[in-house]
Amino acid sequence: MNRLRWLLHDSWVEAERHLRIIPRNVELLIFASIQPIMFLAIFVYVFGGSIVIPGFDNYDQFLMPGIFAQTLVFGSAFTGIGLADDLQKGLVDRLRSLPMSRSAVIVGRTISDLVRNLFTFVVMIVVALAIGFRFTGGAVDAITATALLVLFSYALSWVQAVIGLSVSSVEAANSAGFIWMFPLTFVSSAFVDPSNMPGWLRPVADANPFTLVTNSARALYNGNPVGNDAWWALAWSVGIIVVFSTMAARRFSRSTAG
Amino acid sequence: MPGHTLTVNSPLAVEMNGIVKTFGDTRALDGVDLAVPRGAVYGLLGPNGAGKTTSVRVLTTLLRPDAGTARIDGIDVVADPHAVRQRIGLTGQYAAVEERLTARENLGFVGRLFHLPRARVAARADELLERFDLTDAADRVVKGFSGGMRRRLDIAMSLIAEPSVLFLDEPTTGLDPRSRLGMWDVIEELAADGTTVLLTTQYLEEADRLAEQIVVIDHGRVIAEGSPDELKQRIGGARLSVRIARPENQERAMSTLTPLCAGEVVSDDARTGFSAPIIAGDGVVPGVIRALDDAGVDVLDVEVRRPSLDDVFLVLTGRTTDAEEDAS
Repeated sequence: MNRLRWLLHDSWVEAERHLRIIPRNVELLIFASIQPIMFLAIFVYVFGGSIVIPGFDNYDQFLMPGIFAQTLVFGSAFTGIGLADDLQKGLVDRLRSLPMSRSAVIVGRTISDLVRNLFTFVVMIVVALAIGFRFTGGAVDAITATALLVLFSYALSWVQAVIGLSVSSVEAANSAGFIWMFPLTFVSSAFVDPSNMPGWLRPVADANPFTLVTNSARALYNGNPVGNDAWWALAWSVGIIVVFSTMAARRFSRSTAG
Repeated sequence: MPGHTLTVNSPLAVEMNGIVKTFGDTRALDGVDLAVPRGAVYGLLGPNGAGKTTSVRVLTTLLRPDAGTARIDGIDVVADPHAVRQRIGLTGQYAAVEERLTARENLGFVGRLFHLPRARVAARADELLERFDLTDAADRVVKGFSGGMRRRLDIAMSLIAEPSVLFLDEPTTGLDPRSRLGMWDVIEELAADGTTVLLTTQYLEEADRLAEQIVVIDHGRVIAEGSPDELKQRIGGARLSVRIARPENQERAMSTLTPLCAGEVVSDDARTGFSAPIIAGDGVVPGVIRALDDAGVDVLDVEVRRPSLDDVFLVLTGRTTDAEEDAS
């Protein structure tokens, strides 16, 4: 119990270190919000007219939950970049020499990244509503959908933590953190219907956890039946957290500067 | 968390017995013994890659040794790392500060991770800011700080919980000469207050000025230990350096130099460079040149200088250091 209290206390102190910085770095917030807004606008206005999805009267209602999901997932990259930065600057050494909970450094980081991600998410929702997106499901469904998306992004933060602690520089963390997210988010149901993909690719897209998460959120936002997808999405997120938090903790106790 | 509050009777603040640490094929530490009494300032002196930082990392629980025991205040670093961490302060080679926070916030953040009460953290932060001459900059973001200010803040952060032992790993590496002098003042004050300090350095001059006891380390082994005076006696005060043109004159040069010097004449691997302690200020240089000339040795250069880390190593190991940077 004592151990848990330390973990919570230390994680909060660490999270606060990152959260305090957010309002001081308005530029970063602005640019972090511009990218998803740009994606929204490009997909809606450029592709929107040419893409017809069976079962959806307009592409916006299909697309926007996909963009929400993609934006949240991309936001997880901050975790790896931040940890690599702390490592490179010797801060991780300092933290490891303190009588603090070991896991708190990464827990605190993932929590502050989650808060930042939520902020971006709110900005995006506002823009989406302005463009014409509507929550046609109920409020509970919309909240459940959002929670599933946020949880999945939080799970990927732990994957990014492992990456950030494994690479030797911030630049490497940046590349290694982003590169796999393109296939993850595009080979999925986020932007198109996977049944139009080539036969060899379709099973990949169908099995992609990102597809499951997007499908669940999309169904819930649109008031459609969600089926078992939501449970699968939940299971994936929890599984990723369990596996990668164990790996991250192990990496952390071995990681060193320089 | 194990909240060990042992009453420690160990007279030694820092202890290493036969510590071995290997990385792949490299024995970074090859049986290091070290004993630092409470309140003492010890300098771990050696060239790059000698094992100084590895020693500090073992003592501060960042690295697990392969063999041997290490204790802080009598507490084993492997058996109870948490209790050790409550007793140490570490200032590493990089100024490990959060540059996007202010100086005061940095102190607060570390203080809270030591689980000190908030009021205590605030009071202690004020005290340290004042002491390290950072009061004016206290509420500025660290990003704009000079190298010297960052190091001072870094040391202040290490001291927030009043550690029993402070580790300073190359505290002046990368600082400009002025900041280096400022840092020396800071460390001297800490010593005067009775803080136990273990500092590592590549600079003999620095160890000489700050440490009451110097431990010379090379290839993961302690090769000498003593007060700066003792070490200097071993290598002599001022040293004479002579360079000649032809290696075949090595023996003749050495036999000519020996009666003129105050101790053993050592020769480098190229057999054209010689070094020996001398009694300074007695006009030895003209005498040396004359004597070598009379002996038919072709002299290229004669120089008298203060002993450097190279001299210590030359005397102790018979070879020069691998240190890339000069000691001056």
